[in-house]
Amino acid sequence: MSGILNSSIGRKVAMALSAFFLMIFILQHFAINILSVFSPDTFNEVSHFMGTFWLIQFVLQPVLIFGVVFHFIMGFVLEIKNKKARQISYAKNNGSANSTWMSRNMIWSGGFILVFLIIHFIDFWFPEINTKYIVGDMSGTLPNGEFRYYEELVHKFEPIWRVALYCLGFVFLALHLLHGFNSAFQSVGANNKYTKGLKGFGKAYAILIPLGFIFIALFHHFNH
Amino acid sequence: MNLTLKIWRQKNANDKGKMVDYQVSDISPDMSFLEMLDVLNEQLINKGEEPVAFDHDCREGICGMCSLYINGEAHGPDRGVTTCQLHMRMFKDGDTIFIEPFRAKAFPVIKDLVVDRSAFDRIQHAGGFISVNTSGNTIDANAIPVNKHDADDAFSAATCIGCGACVASCKNSSAMLFVGAKVSQFALLPQGQVEATDRVMNMVKQMDEEGFGNCTNTGACEVECPKGISLENIARMNSEYLKASLKG
Amino acid sequence: MSLDSKVPKGPIADKWTNHKNNINLVNPANKRLIDVIVVGTGLAGGSAAATLAELGYNVKAFCFQDSPRRAHSIAAQGGINAAKNYQGDGDSNYRLFYDTVKGGDYRSREANVYRLAEVSANIIDQCVAQGVPFAREYGGLLDNRSFGGVLVSRTFYAAGQTGQQLLLGAYSAMNRQIGRGKIKMYNRHEMLDVVVVDGKARGIITRNLVTGEIERHSAHAVVLGSGGYGNVFFLSTNAMGSNVTAAWKAHKRGAYFANPCYTQIHPTCIPVSGDHQSKLTLMSESLRNDGRIWVPKNIEDVKAIREGRLKPTEIAEENRDYYLERRYPAFGNLVPRDVASRAAKERCDAGYGVNATGEAVYLDFASAITRYGKEQAHVKGLDENDAALVKKLGQEVIKTKYGNLFQMYEKIVDQNPYETPMMIYPAVHYTMGGLWVDYNLQTTVPGLYAIGEANFSDHGANRLGASALMQGLADGYFVLPYTIGDYLADDIRTGPISTESKEFEEAEKNVRERIEFFVNNEGKHSVDYFHKKLGKIMWNKVGMARNVKGLTEAISEIKALREEFWKEVKVPGTANEFNEELAKAGRVADFLELGELFAKDALHREESCGGHFREDFVEESGEQKGEAKRDDENFAYVAAWEYKGQPSEAQLHKEELEFNDIELKQRSYK
Repeated sequence: MSGILNSSIGRKVAMALSAFFLMIFILQHFAINILSVFSPDTFNEVSHFMGTFWLIQFVLQPVLIFGVVFHFIMGFVLEIKNKKARQISYAKNNGSANSTWMSRNMIWSGGFILVFLIIHFIDFWFPEINTKYIVGDMSGTLPNGEFRYYEELVHKFEPIWRVALYCLGFVFLALHLLHGFNSAFQSVGANNKYTKGLKGFGKAYAILIPLGFIFIALFHHFNH
Repeated sequence: MNLTLKIWRQKNANDKGKMVDYQVSDISPDMSFLEMLDVLNEQLINKGEEPVAFDHDCREGICGMCSLYINGEAHGPDRGVTTCQLHMRMFKDGDTIFIEPFRAKAFPVIKDLVVDRSAFDRIQHAGGFISVNTSGNTIDANAIPVNKHDADDAFSAATCIGCGACVASCKNSSAMLFVGAKVSQFALLPQGQVEATDRVMNMVKQMDEEGFGNCTNTGACEVECPKGISLENIARMNSEYLKASLKG
Repeated sequence: MSLDSKVPKGPIADKWTNHKNNINLVNPANKRLIDVIVVGTGLAGGSAAATLAELGYNVKAFCFQDSPRRAHSIAAQGGINAAKNYQGDGDSNYRLFYDTVKGGDYRSREANVYRLAEVSANIIDQCVAQGVPFAREYGGLLDNRSFGGVLVSRTFYAAGQTGQQLLLGAYSAMNRQIGRGKIKMYNRHEMLDVVVVDGKARGIITRNLVTGEIERHSAHAVVLGSGGYGNVFFLSTNAMGSNVTAAWKAHKRGAYFANPCYTQIHPTCIPVSGDHQSKLTLMSESLRNDGRIWVPKNIEDVKAIREGRLKPTEIAEENRDYYLERRYPAFGNLVPRDVASRAAKERCDAGYGVNATGEAVYLDFASAITRYGKEQAHVKGLDENDAALVKKLGQEVIKTKYGNLFQMYEKIVDQNPYETPMMIYPAVHYTMGGLWVDYNLQTTVPGLYAIGEANFSDHGANRLGASALMQGLADGYFVLPYTIGDYLADDIRTGPISTESKEFEEAEKNVRERIEFFVNNEGKHSVDYFHKKLGKIMWNKVGMARNVKGLTEAISEIKALREEFWKEVKVPGTANEFNEELAKAGRVADFLELGELFAKDALHREESCGGHFREDFVEESGEQKGEAKRDDENFAYVAAWEYKGQPSEAQLHKEELEFNDIELKQRSYK
């Protein structure tokens, strides 16, 4: 078991496992966000629970951050290693003949998602951490006593530039997932006659989830 | 047909190398790609120039000796064929054709279009076998029945010709299809079980040491493989490797 | 020197066992002190190298390709014979032995063939243990099919890639030994001479094909598994690099060359399409299990086809001439290769050839598709009278059996063989002749062994399908490793062989001089120019049908061509680099000598037997009219030629063939 990350397969399995974790995270993130469209109150309650429950805050959140950082760093490390495996490039290379754009450009879709994530952190996560752990306000309420989460969300989606950026971010996420979802299964060795159905499911996941996020952003932008 | 060829010329391993343009004329569509190169070479020899070096042997798509990256694809634009089976009817009069060697750090160029693929052999030395003595005093062949489905899958994996198209096509120069095919062949057969753990660990270790890149599952290898070796073989190797790692 | 075949005494079924029990052995500790060189890494060389290394000898193996896995055994398609009798159809060692001797037209050595049949079953056991994925039935047991010249199903196969799978099996056995350090592998090395010290083969001279370096390698024995010489015809189903050089150098150093004229012309190859052609592609004999061979009955139809006015599928059943079924009702489309080839030539010479050049016949799968389709429809409970459905189901069956061959055909010819019959024509495929060896597979040079296609021993004048793989592996896995011990037992105290002797020096000097000559010669023509010319002479005059006039002409034409070659050959580049033209020049130079001996042998053998067909020796009357006429009284011998400076001066030595267990009969497949 030792040194598994030193092997090519070990690294790709690690990439896949972090990807699974992130895909599950995105799913739950989406599940909570979509509540904001149907029921602001439920959204507020769930958000408050997520933001204050110790298991999530002090166990899952660090794991998530580790997962995100690991996935990005490993992605870049692999890219550099892979580039080194071919020192002279082809004068003519017809990549589109044998593989999808998404599969060949994970580093670019991933890179853009990183940019998006930084902005996302600045918009939501840093203010949250600041409010809760630096200012020390764990109430989750506005001065009027109501939960602040829904209000903050709606407020953030007012400027059109941010909505546009969000949409673009999720387009890249979709592209990333279109290859990444099935790629992760392939990496852990799940590609055989029993997993044929996964391909379609992966495609659906890769398109519907980002589309859902985009819908939420547009919904709030145009409804308020 | 008349064609313009842009061919990688490199005197030896230490030479820098460059693309050089050549013209060939009166090429018949029934010629194979290598026969077209024969025509060019005959032309060069008659002019007193050095012919283009390229690897080839059986010229029927099975020995795996021929290579070439033609117009941006390993073994050219046709599917399910090696370069020696690629026919000129795939091209049109007046076409420009790029001809380059298979490129990978682990496949250094020897001369022109000839590359050194001995890294593949070394991976096989590390574990591409079942340790059984060749005495002939083994048990009767029919004493080990094998499920037909598994036998067929093992055969499909074993049809790999070791040409290196997978490495050449992979944007990461990964050799996983090649290694996955061999690991799979034995993983699918009862005879291969005894050494399964060591085999996959050793072969992957050697593969990594040779300087091949990491697989990112683009699937280019499967598409360009002249024998249609399936990506399932890589998945099988991954799970074999995981199993082996967990066993220690 | 008289030829002693060293066949052991006793009943044929006991000879090999008795021999093994009586020959000398080398103890394991002493094996470590002994080096063996193996040239060639095909089925014979690869399996021999692996087994010798496993026994404990230090093996140095050489191949000119970039990996041992590329040897041309890899291209063998159809299968490998073994007397397993898994099908319960009455097969036995004796039957395999009998079929092989009869198929070889009674020109092989009985004892060798019996041994081959005897060890054949072991090969299958061995290969399965190594993980060779043979085709299996649904019950999980091994499947068999039938090949030409036999009445049982004894051929084991792996789709149309049996040679590949067997070679990869031998290669994996080699890899294990390379990994253990017991085989030192030299890829991209070509053997250019054998070194004989004190009358014993003690080493070889090689050229590193990447750097051009000339190297000396010594050993206590040298094994040649360097394949056949079919490329003397330029166009053949051999690989581009297949050559006679190793065997020919051995011949020049004293090894007799046996029966060079026995060449197999394989009936089912893709016809020549033009002058640019560099090689011919075989369509496996296994196709004759299901394909029916025919030409139109009416010459008008032939004309219409050639002019493109008529399609073969439009010719009615009664207007087709299934000439093999007509002439040989007992064996039909599964007559041996020499018979099928001559029959195709006969039809084409009579004007019934079906392509533009008039040199092609049809191989038709339509009836097999219907037959299998109906069977499938029946099994699946579908409508057996639905023609479209039957065709679809039938095509699926054909695809699983021969898919890769059909795909290969379509890529080359650009026609879909599922819809229209294949066109085929005979082409040079295998050479039964080769270095003369005794029962121990030793040549006339002590310590020099020849195995596989490189020797002459097992196939007589014609080889049956699926027997080459059997012989290569039998020699390499199960025969040579035993018999070589008998010779090496005397060498346990010899110690390492020095490469500093005058013999090595002299051999290296010869090699260097020849290379220097080639790169410095100011000639006019490329190597291929001469090779193609040689091929034309061989095909036209020493090919499928031979006669005194043609052979006499061929001898003088080859001689003249050889002289021209040495004056006019042009080799670009230098000696100290990767230089394929230089490598080719050396090979063609040897073909130009062998070609003459080949024709000389064909001229001297005044009979028709197997692959050697003399137009002046045919049955004049009776049921067998037009068939080959063998002369057992005067020619039941192996013609072993000794080198005397020039091919024309080669001296004939005869090994009389004794047939104690098989009655000499006219070979009939009617």
